[in-house]
Amino acid sequence: MFHQILFIIFGAICIAGAINLLIQRHPINSALSLVVVMGSLALIYMLLGAEFVAAVQVIVYAGAIMVLFVFTIMLLNAGVEERTRGSRIALLLGGTGVVLLIGMIAAVIFTNDKLVGGVKIGNLIPYEKIDNTHTIAGLLFQKYLLPFEITSVLILIAIMGAVVLAARRR
Amino acid sequence: MDIKIFIIAAVIKVALVAFLLLTGVAYMTWLERKVIGHMQNRWGPTRVGPFGLLQPLADGIKFILKEDMVPDKVHKVLYIMAPMLALIMSLISIAVIPFGETISVGGHDTALQITGVAQAHGTPPLDINIGLLIILGATSIGVYGIALAGWSSNSKYALLGSLRASAQMISYELALGLSLVGVLILSGTLSLRGIVDSQIHQPAWLGFLPHWYIFPQFIAFFVYLMSAYAETNRIPFDLPEAETELVAGYHTEYSAMKFAMFFMAEYVNMITVGCVATLLFFGGWHGPSLGISSPLIRALLPVIWFSAKIFVFMFVYIWIRGTLPRFRYDQLMAFGWKFLLPIAIVNIIVTSLIVALRS
Repeated sequence: MFHQILFIIFGAICIAGAINLLIQRHPINSALSLVVVMGSLALIYMLLGAEFVAAVQVIVYAGAIMVLFVFTIMLLNAGVEERTRGSRIALLLGGTGVVLLIGMIAAVIFTNDKLVGGVKIGNLIPYEKIDNTHTIAGLLFQKYLLPFEITSVLILIAIMGAVVLAARRR
Repeated sequence: MDIKIFIIAAVIKVALVAFLLLTGVAYMTWLERKVIGHMQNRWGPTRVGPFGLLQPLADGIKFILKEDMVPDKVHKVLYIMAPMLALIMSLISIAVIPFGETISVGGHDTALQITGVAQAHGTPPLDINIGLLIILGATSIGVYGIALAGWSSNSKYALLGSLRASAQMISYELALGLSLVGVLILSGTLSLRGIVDSQIHQPAWLGFLPHWYIFPQFIAFFVYLMSAYAETNRIPFDLPEAETELVAGYHTEYSAMKFAMFFMAEYVNMITVGCVATLLFFGGWHGPSLGISSPLIRALLPVIWFSAKIFVFMFVYIWIRGTLPRFRYDQLMAFGWKFLLPIAIVNIIVTSLIVALRS
């Protein structure tokens, strides 16, 4: 019960942040709304008993990546966004697309009710039974070691690519 | 445990810890002015009260009574939000820090930690299993306070200061995080209480040194201390508020209580750094019992040891401020990326190799 109330509060904050992200015209306000979205997502993870994922979400996304975003916006001193009225076709297609997508997700969840065990909102896993950090570490460094290492090499290649592209201008 | 008593105990603990912490912050400023003064052959504050002991109180009253200026052309919402964010995020970290075992007051047990839950007699209290990550998370969100303060002030000095601060904090966060990994490998847990427990009930290193992680992890401790100084924007890494170049850096446009909030946030962060260093490298509240039999003093002795260790770290902060000059900005970045980060990584590799070979 208590978890459900908290879930509704944080879910509402999350959605409000996401809507504010789109409405705001100044890039720094949008970036900060995204931080709010990420923070409330972290709290929802924590309600689901995934405390390690929640902490990493805050440290990596809200604390590192979004700081870089804000840093870039501050450095470039990006101006206020200019609004166009938008095309009517985009509105029409986008609206139908949203309705279809939500319908599809709902349909998948309802038909696979037994497969995924239903949607349990605010279901707290008793934390003395599972230590998330140990579980995740075991999966990453034992079972899925090769994919994990390949991903890290891939990220390294991406970083080197970015450096090469940035250095070429001189 | 009764939920009512639990909530009452929690509220009392929060109020007490917040009061002690902010008093500590106030007297930290007094100590700093006094020690720096004596190092530079001056007296420091002497007029208000004996030895100038009431100076922090006078400063506090001054900050509250001063006119709260909001300059024209600032981004008002962010300008007001930034100091709050900085202070709140620095205070949140204290909630997860344990400063002793269970204490019994009037028949009710309570853990000496805001987020700790006391267990039955004889067993250690429950602790959050990601305490250290919560501190790191709160610190990384605290960067926004400084970054937004500079940007929303709409002033070139403030903007330059906050750009320097955010670049510096992002760079040194990496070395800071990696320096803690060595201790985590040795202790095998992220819970702060667990880390301290793994240092207390162990045989001594070499027969006479206490089983503190400072001895096997002295390189990590060095990296931690250096990057923590950069994280808290203290000399020799106080480039964000270099007064000879940037007036006062990111808080140039702030006055009265808003300025005081940045000031308090900086000092609370310094205390948090001391707490984490004490818990991870110096055995937390662990110390000799000195053969004292009085039950009250015995119960409070861990807290006294803990505070004494933090005091040493605070003194080192002041000492370094009185000794070292400020780095140049390129030296700061080179030191972080080319020196601290590599030795932190080497430390992790060596530590994990030794742990793997031993098991």
